Amino acid sequence: MKSLGNIRRSFAPWADPQSKPFISFRNITKKFGDFTAVDNLTLDIYHREFFALLGASGCGKSTLLRMLAGFERPTSGEIILDGQDIAAIPPYKRPVNMMFQSYALFPHMTVESNIGFGLRQDGMPKAEIAERVQQMLKLVKLEQFAKRKPQQLSGGQRQRVALARSLAKRPKVLLLDEPLGALDKKLREETQFELMDLQQQLGLTFVVVTHDQEEAMTMADRIAVMSHGKVVQVATPAEIYEAPNSRFVADFIGDVNILEGSVKAAGNGRVELSGGDFTVRAVSDAAPAIGTSAAFAIRPEKLKVSRTAPADPAVNTSEGEIWDIAYLGDMTVFHVKLPSGKVVKTSMLNAQREVENPIGYDEKVWVSFAETAGVVLRD
Amino acid sequence: MKALGSSIFSRLVIIVPYVWLLLFFLIPFVIVFRISLSTTAIAQPPYEPVFSLADGLSGIIDNIRQLSFDNFVWLTEDALYFNAYLSSIKIAGISTLLTLLIAYPIAYGMAQAPRTWRPTLLMLVILPFWTSFLIRVYAWIAILKPEGLLNQSLLSIGVISEPLIILNTNWAIYIGIVYSYLPFMILPIYSALEKMDHSLIEAAQDLGCPPMTAFWKITFPLSLAGVVAGCMLVFIPAVGEFVIPDLLGGSQTLMIGKTLWNEFNSNRDWPVSAAVATVLLLILVVPIVFFQNMQAKADEKGR
Repeated sequence: MKSLGNIRRSFAPWADPQSKPFISFRNITKKFGDFTAVDNLTLDIYHREFFALLGASGCGKSTLLRMLAGFERPTSGEIILDGQDIAAIPPYKRPVNMMFQSYALFPHMTVESNIGFGLRQDGMPKAEIAERVQQMLKLVKLEQFAKRKPQQLSGGQRQRVALARSLAKRPKVLLLDEPLGALDKKLREETQFELMDLQQQLGLTFVVVTHDQEEAMTMADRIAVMSHGKVVQVATPAEIYEAPNSRFVADFIGDVNILEGSVKAAGNGRVELSGGDFTVRAVSDAAPAIGTSAAFAIRPEKLKVSRTAPADPAVNTSEGEIWDIAYLGDMTVFHVKLPSGKVVKTSMLNAQREVENPIGYDEKVWVSFAETAGVVLRD
Repeated sequence: MKALGSSIFSRLVIIVPYVWLLLFFLIPFVIVFRISLSTTAIAQPPYEPVFSLADGLSGIIDNIRQLSFDNFVWLTEDALYFNAYLSSIKIAGISTLLTLLIAYPIAYGMAQAPRTWRPTLLMLVILPFWTSFLIRVYAWIAILKPEGLLNQSLLSIGVISEPLIILNTNWAIYIGIVYSYLPFMILPIYSALEKMDHSLIEAAQDLGCPPMTAFWKITFPLSLAGVVAGCMLVFIPAVGEFVIPDLLGGSQTLMIGKTLWNEFNSNRDWPVSAAVATVLLLILVVPIVFFQNMQAKADEKGR
């Protein structure tokens, strides 16, 4: 996971009621004919934040980004950037720049003139442009490719040119539309960290659109999970993963087991569910009414598989049978079939190089978890 | 064996266009060029010498001695030909420019149109080809003549008080060429514009270009290959155009196609008309080579 420096750890302007948001979407709605792409959405993004809009395709995340860039006008609502309503400002006058998913490099221009394009539009003196372009080329480590055309570059190099071009004008906000979508896995992982370093180094606000949850979790300070034009949850990656606020978020981010049950007791920060394979006793602030049905979400790595029964087999424990095993190197995934027939997914870190007597197929096991391991979902 | 088979096949594929060019371009050209070196005769065919294998080797050598460049010298002595070439190039040039000015916005509009409309729009562009070219040019006579459709409509709505004289002037030729060749300009420009990634324009705007600047800096340069192709497709045939100046132009209109027709049919002077045709071809080689160069450069870029 992300290595947090000291500065980074204390960076949480969203938690400080004194700090003013840098970008504010206020009751934004965008309709394309009958289709509502963005539905009465309100969202604040702070200065110097690395913010990710995460969701499946068609959830409205790209439309939101395009409204920020100025390519789409909101049907209603306002967008405030640095204290100014920008809804009526055309894209070529906005202090934001965008890195396009397709990179959109100008094929008839060299790398150099691609990067300098925006500066020439602003009428910057030639010497200054040359200097800034050099600086950008150095930043993305492409000095020796200045005279090449985009077609003569590899995918990763093009991505860097696109990044350099969108940063050259020193925008207040950099918008990134699926910035790493076209790169292969290894390069993508490298580039994620480079983007994070760059963002801190330049002190800019980054808004990135992605459908890749791992990418969002790696890079972003906060993530907005979107669905059907609405923001479902806005939180830090850890909060989104550990405390999803809905079945949708729990299911969308990572793997999850959802245990259904009816509420037996609730209050004093604790909830008890029964009715499934488990009697769930969990620490939770949720206070569902007694007798209603509720769900408990728990991540695979937080379920423990063992051959011997835990101390109190009555609570948060169930018997089961190993149904499937997937050995992934760093960890092993077990699918365990519970007495009701439900299959839960568990994963175990392979901390030892060699396992003497590994758990095998069809073996009878106990599945258990701690009271704080999962969340009670409110919906 | 397989490699040998495929190499024979690939050679065959390469040979086909060369054979085509040899049969339908080089050989006819050699025949025309050889006639241009002959002298007129009242005979069938109307020139001499006529080569025949029956003359034997000495006879053929004798015939070759009779060939001369006199007809080409003649072309330089009579100002008529020079003026006809010049005026053809001028008329073709102006017509090409006018065609471009009309075709570009149409092609641009087509490329911007919703994807579902585009096949229909394309069909509408090529629809005039379903009617004979000659009939369409004749129709323009009916439109442009003093008592024609255009003048009648303009007179009836009171824009003009007396008929405009358009037919039998150069304007009628411009109208005829622009109308007839418009699809040849629209199609290559459309194909260049249609391929363009719209996000390039958005990127230009994002970097500070107002829409008009974005057009001149991005859209136009990227459609240049289509513009050049369209201009060549209009200019080259327009220079040698005969039907349009003959039907729509006046008697004073001087174009090389008409001159060639006169030499060939009215004067029955095959050698001089062959010389005229040869020079016309040489003149047109210049823009063709230029075009080839552009294409090669575009290919280089595309790689």
